[in-house]
Formats: sequence, structure tokens, C-alpha cells
Amino acid sequence: MAGNTNSSSADAEFKSASGTLKARRAVCYVVLVIISILCLFWFYMLFINATRSNDELGQGFTLLPSSHLGENLKNIFNNGTIPIVSGMANSVIIAALTALLSTYFSTMTAYSIQVYNYKGKKAIFTFILAIMMIPTQVSALGFVNLVKGMNLEDNFIPLIVPSIAAPITFFYLKQYMAANLPLSLIEAARIDGEHEIGIFNKIALPLMIPAIAVQAIFTFVSSWNNYFTPALILHDSSKKTLPILIAQLRNADFLKFDMGQVYAMIAFSIFPVIVVYLFLSKYIVGGVTAGGVKE
Amino acid sequence: MPNKDLNVQFTNRGRSGKIDKLNIWGYIFLLPFTLVFIVFQLIPLVNTIYNSFFENYMAGLKQVGPNFVGLANFGELFKSGDLVKYFGNTMIMWILGFIPQIVLSLLLSSWFTNPSLRLRFQRFFKTVIYLPNLIMASAFAMLFFTMFDITGPVNGLFVKLGIFKEPFSFFTSIGATRGLVAFMNCLMWFGNTTILLMAGMLGIPVDIFEAADVDGATPTQVFWKITLPLLRPILVYVMVTSLIGGLQMFDVPQILTNGKGDPMRTSMTLIMYLNKHLYSKNYGLAGALSVLLLIITAILSFIVFKVTGEEELNKKAR
Repeated sequence: MAGNTNSSSADAEFKSASGTLKARRAVCYVVLVIISILCLFWFYMLFINATRSNDELGQGFTLLPSSHLGENLKNIFNNGTIPIVSGMANSVIIAALTALLSTYFSTMTAYSIQVYNYKGKKAIFTFILAIMMIPTQVSALGFVNLVKGMNLEDNFIPLIVPSIAAPITFFYLKQYMAANLPLSLIEAARIDGEHEIGIFNKIALPLMIPAIAVQAIFTFVSSWNNYFTPALILHDSSKKTLPILIAQLRNADFLKFDMGQVYAMIAFSIFPVIVVYLFLSKYIVGGVTAGGVKE
Repeated sequence: MPNKDLNVQFTNRGRSGKIDKLNIWGYIFLLPFTLVFIVFQLIPLVNTIYNSFFENYMAGLKQVGPNFVGLANFGELFKSGDLVKYFGNTMIMWILGFIPQIVLSLLLSSWFTNPSLRLRFQRFFKTVIYLPNLIMASAFAMLFFTMFDITGPVNGLFVKLGIFKEPFSFFTSIGATRGLVAFMNCLMWFGNTTILLMAGMLGIPVDIFEAADVDGATPTQVFWKITLPLLRPILVYVMVTSLIGGLQMFDVPQILTNGKGDPMRTSMTLIMYLNKHLYSKNYGLAGALSVLLLIITAILSFIVFKVTGEEELNKKAR
């Protein structure tokens, strides 16, 4: 990717008339600010409403926070029907293990394709690229049957282990490896008598850390947000993840509910991701293009 | 894009014998992927396709089937009209969201990459517009449901500002419900698309723009005559992958309408329909629907594959 100076409409017209350029820039900023408000408004309102009591929420709209955040949080932690704390714990366990396994084994798959030469390698590589776009939903029926057959319902294994075969993660890591893993380094380690598994773990893996980190974040987030598959597998309320509990919240008789609690629960499942994102945004925004566009 | 450096590696070194033996490790390292793929993706896929040819559902508490019925499940899907209706819903909501999404993304990415504009706070704006993409779709939908409820803050605000005379019931209006789903999809994806398009725009060689500059082209002309045509491969990529994503639309309308697709099933999507059959254990129809979705996505994937392949060729030609 080239630098900023590299690109569009370096137009003489606007250079000469700096007034027009200023006006154009002003329009850009106004539009960008409006769009930013459109993106952030919902989360701001969520925060405000999570601090208000049910009675206050009934009184209508306000932009100012109230003082009931602690009370609302206490209520959701003690809520027996929707166990949000165990839901968060389950989500964290599943997403973290998924990110870990998926990136480790995708790096291994990429390593196999990148470093070794064997029969059928090209075909395998093309095949993995070809299945990249196939959505998981189309095999959901067979997946549920399989999980039932293996007696793994209400178990986290069918939500974690399948991520070992992740074509998109693989492709990203393969691209990165092609540019950043010198084969001479592997040769040298072989001459030193290092075992192949040792070379992978001690030499290749550390060199891949930047790419692995980006993919780990994306895998974590998509597992964290996943609703369709976990909802088919997890039925026991102590095993449910956050998205399933949110759906249950939608299912619950809405008006009888304490709206303060409803907002607090939504906030509880959204804000941790926002906080983490604010710290990692540099890597995440930078990582989008590398994974999406094949350059 | 099968990599060009694949073959140069250890091919000509068979003489030593040792390297050949080492290549066995290629298979060993490939093993976890292969095993997991076969068990958790291939077998389920074959099982799904197999199920699509059988009558297999629950009539009350009694299970009917499985009996082999050939293509009858597919016939039933088309005959009932539901499939066509839900496909239509999915497409309408996708298009309603995609058009503003692509327009907004083209606008923002051309601003961000424009050197003469020199916009500041780019990092901040990019961070903000990408944020909705990471939010749990189900929680985001639940948030919108509470926000746009008849007693919710949006109605409160609009009544206060005098835009509405009285609270408007968004979720009993077909247009408003579909519009909200589309709006949320747009909001969640335009940041991602902007960043992809920016990469594409930065990849266009500068000399083309310089030449246009010398010839006295206006910014509008440059955008329509140079940027857009050269961006075509990425635009097609964005559009087709977004379409594949659109066909998988589930979380947002499912939570927003509590799985009912209200009003009158006008916001019911294909995956919501699939989900319904999976829950009611109508495996025959669920299988047939999955196979149809598989065929559609396979065709679309093939287009992506072709387009990105062509792009690669163009790059080499340059």
C-alpha cells in the first residue's frame, strides 16, 4: 500500500483557489462529524439509559446521566432468569480458546503450504480458497445432527474446535508468512539439528506474532458476537453465551421488565468490546484491509 | 492466487534425499486442518445435502420419516411461496442497506485518500466509523429495539423536537422495520467498506492522476473517469461479499422482531426461515433450503474468485 501522497484528484483547480478548498474541507468535516454522531449516538444513549431507574426511563428522553447505574448493575447480577455473569464468563472462555486454537493451527496450516513441497499442495491451497466464502449456516443442519450424535450438546467443544479449520484466518496468515518468514532461517535451524516441530514453534511462530495478534482479535470478536450456532448447541441456561441471553431478554415479556435492567444488560455485553477496541483500534483498523483485499 | 513461489522451494533438491523426507512434515502440519475440516464441515455438509432428499419432520409429537422423497422438499419450498417471499425480504433489506453503504464509503474513502484535502483527525474518524462493525449484532439489535420502541428515547426525542406529533410505532410498520434493519446493516458495515476502498484507491498509480491533472481534468471527472473504473475489481469484490453476507442476514432481524419477522413476516430472512425449520425439527425442508443457499453462495464465490484472479493478472500485466 502506498502513502497518502499517492492518490486521487490532485487538482490544479482547487490548489489555485484555496478558498474553494477550504469550503470543501469544511463540508467534509461537517459530514464526518454528522456521521460520527450517527455512529456514537446509540452507545451514548445506551450509557445514559443504563444509569437511569425504570421510573426515570418512563418519564421520557434525556441526554444527562442519572445515578442508578450501580443499582441496575446489582439487579442484573442478581437476576436469576438471565444469568448474565456466567454468560459473560462462557463467552470469554469460548472466544478466547477459539482465538487461540484458530490462530495457532491456521499458522500451522499456512506453514505447511508455505515451507514444504509435496504432492497435491497446490490443489489443497486452491481448495481452501474456494471454500472460504461458504457460510457455516448452510451446513448447520448436519452440524447439529453431528453434535447430537457425538453427545456434545451443551458442551463448548463444538463451538471451539471447528475454528481450527478457518480458511480466512489461514489465508491472511499465509500472505503474511510469504512476506515475513525467510526460508533461510528455517534451513539454518535444520543445519543446527532442530526438529521440524521445534522450528515451527520456536522460529516461525514468534515471527508471525503481529499477524497472529490481528487475527486473534478478529476471531475473538466474531466468536464473541456469534449467535446462530451457539443458540443451536447450548440449551442449559448455565452454559449460554451473551448473545443467547440477549435474545432471551428480547423474548421476555418486555413491558413487565425493569427497563433500567434491560439497558444495563445490553451495556454489559457491549461496553467491554468498546473499551478493548479503543485500546486496539490501531491494529484492528489496519488489519481489515490485509485480510479482505488480496494485494 | 496460487502463489508463484510455491514451486521454487525444495523441488530441485531431491538428490539429497533428506529434504524429501522432511516434506512429509508438510502433510503432518496439514493434518489438524484436514481432520477438523472433514469432521466439522464436510461431514455436516454431506449430511445436510443427504437430508434434503428425505421427508423428515415432527407432526405434533410424532416423527414422520425419514422417507426418501427425491426432490419433493425443493418442490415444496418453491410451491409454498414462502421461499420466494423470504428471499425477496432478504434482498430488499440488503439493497436498502447496501446503496447508502457503498455511496457513503466511496465518498469517505475518496476524501480520506485525497492529498489536496489533507483531512485531520483521520485516525479518530476511522476508529469511530469502524466501531459499529465490532459490536455484537444481537445486542445492537436489542438496543435498537429499545431505542425505537413506542416508549423509547427516539420517539421521546422526536416528539420533544416536534418532528412527530405522537409516538410512532416503528415495529408495526413494514417500511420502518425493514428500514431499521437496513439502517443497522449499513451502520455496521460502511466503516469496513470505507477502509477496503481506501486501500484500493491508494493502490492506483499516481502518474495516472498526474496525467489527468496536466490534461486539466476536474475532480468530478477524475472520480468518474479514473478512480471508479480502476476501482471496479474491488467494488465487485465488496459488492459480492456483501451480497453473500446479506444472504446470511440473521441476528439483526431475528432479535429485532423476536424471530417472527413481523409485521406479517415481511422482515423474515432466509436464514431466519432456516433457523425456524431447525428448531421445529423439519429436517427435510431445512436441508433443501441449505442446499439452495449453498448453490447461490457457491456461484457468488466463484464470481469473487474470478474477479480477484483477474485483478491479480492485471497487476502482473502492469
